[in-house]
Amino acid sequence: MHKDLDISIENLSKIEGHANLDIKVRKGKVEYVKLKISENKRFYTQAIRGKVFNTVPQLVSRICGTCSIAHLTCCMEAVEKALDIEHSDQTTLLRKLMTYGMMIRDHAMHLYLFCLPDIFGKDSVLDFDEKQHELIHHAFEIKKAGNDLSTLIGGRAIHPFYSQLGQFTHLPDKNETKKVIDELKRVRSYVFEIVKIFYDSQFSFRKRTDFVALTTNDFSFLDGVIKSSIGVSIPEDYYWDHLHRVIIPYSQATGFEFEGREYMVGALARINLNREKLHRETKKDLAKYIRIFPSENIFYNNLAQAVEIMHCIDHSIEILESKDFKKEPKIEIKIKEGKGVGVIEAPRGTLYYAISLDKNGKILYGNLVIPTAQNQIKTERDIRTLVSQNLDKDKHYIQHEIEKLIRAYDPCMTCATHFLKVNWI
Amino acid sequence: MKKLNVGLFSFTSDEGCSMIFLELMNDRFFDWKKVIDFKYFKLMKSKNILKDIDVAFVEGAISTYNEEKKLKLIRKNSKKLVAIGSCAVDGSPSNQRNFFDEGMKGEIKFILDKFGHREKVSPLSEIVKVDSNVPGCPMIEEKFIEVLNKYLKEFKVV
Repeated sequence: MHKDLDISIENLSKIEGHANLDIKVRKGKVEYVKLKISENKRFYTQAIRGKVFNTVPQLVSRICGTCSIAHLTCCMEAVEKALDIEHSDQTTLLRKLMTYGMMIRDHAMHLYLFCLPDIFGKDSVLDFDEKQHELIHHAFEIKKAGNDLSTLIGGRAIHPFYSQLGQFTHLPDKNETKKVIDELKRVRSYVFEIVKIFYDSQFSFRKRTDFVALTTNDFSFLDGVIKSSIGVSIPEDYYWDHLHRVIIPYSQATGFEFEGREYMVGALARINLNREKLHRETKKDLAKYIRIFPSENIFYNNLAQAVEIMHCIDHSIEILESKDFKKEPKIEIKIKEGKGVGVIEAPRGTLYYAISLDKNGKILYGNLVIPTAQNQIKTERDIRTLVSQNLDKDKHYIQHEIEKLIRAYDPCMTCATHFLKVNWI
Repeated sequence: MKKLNVGLFSFTSDEGCSMIFLELMNDRFFDWKKVIDFKYFKLMKSKNILKDIDVAFVEGAISTYNEEKKLKLIRKNSKKLVAIGSCAVDGSPSNQRNFFDEGMKGEIKFILDKFGHREKVSPLSEIVKVDSNVPGCPMIEEKFIEVLNKYLKEFKVV
């Protein structure tokens, strides 16, 4: 039993962005756990002020390399609402497809490249031996399929340019569409294995918590109602009113509480709250695995992501096979004063944008709430509990368990450090 | 067989170039494993060693004094240093605060002071010698491959 223990992890690995962790235990009691998000602020919320509305979605896309499509799409929704821009059903479908491509790629990166090494007791996929080589092939082929899907729709997978306010400037090529469908069908068969791996994994950490997610009718991540596991239901426009910002002095990111309590957003929250809306093929083929939800085991966030990969593949195949995309008339935009809110589900959870425009269409202010910032308080408290439960184990074991838990949350520090009003005390 | 000792480093940025690197791996993972030894690659491994690097690929701009120190350390331990992506090559868009007016600069000053930020955000070449550049936001894939192949030849790996 450790009476006194200090753990300091510089630069946590296999996560998106930079974070450090400090833990101090004295006389058998955890004195503090400090998850220090050390990603440097790039001041996007300040930088967009005064910029013209139509340049901003592409700029905020640069907040995050891996989920740029989420920032782009969510910010566009906010700007469109501010200017009363209606988009067509076809545009909605194309946005869904582009988002599915991002989810497939991003979840596959997290599951195979960041988490799978923990399952096999290795430091990295770079150290995998021949037995595991097939899984590496699966990893990169699934990632590539997601990448190719987003590229087909958006022009490229990171910072795509075909997706504009109200419309797409380019429609998917027919031959390329066929290729992407074939690719998605091929990699679909690989998903079963990764689902089984994370289902069979013995990793477990359970704690009572509130889960929050935007729930959509077809599990497409874009439009719906925000729900929580304690039964709250909120329209997108009012999400901000239910959040409470918590300043964490040693972190470059701000934390949040929902209705005054810690909570979790992300794939686990989505599957817990909205699994009946998954694609019918996914529900049919993965019934055994989906049955274990709702779950409070944070490590099932990985399983939830694997299930979502299957859903994204199934719904994408259905849309691509059944829809014939046609050129649509150009959207006319009338510049005016206004405010708009966009809420979508990014790979790591609920993403919120509020944009206010002046009468010339310039940004008066922008506010955004990032998934990782919302999970920050719970992550830190869970680490504290984990350490308390394992004080009889050696330091390396504890450290590794902490890293596994943090990875299960799939944090993105690059995103986390963006917030408008920061008052450090 | 000699492999190219490579390090991948990330400073103030959206890590989009790291993402592009992972995308390039989709078709090249096993080929690269034959010729590249990843000595430092935080996104994919936890045991990283900053020593005897042949080529350091560095993304992001330099915003804090700590980053400046680390960049100099990378330079000291690497034979070649390549700036990847727009932030590393010319600072943009991570250097937006350099162009803030006095009012906005005032608003963010306490954050800059608290977390040890430099007065301005700099591209790598303002701090260390850069041997090659891969521009683009995110970095241009073909150009990256071209630079990597150049060094594979130069270090007589292929």
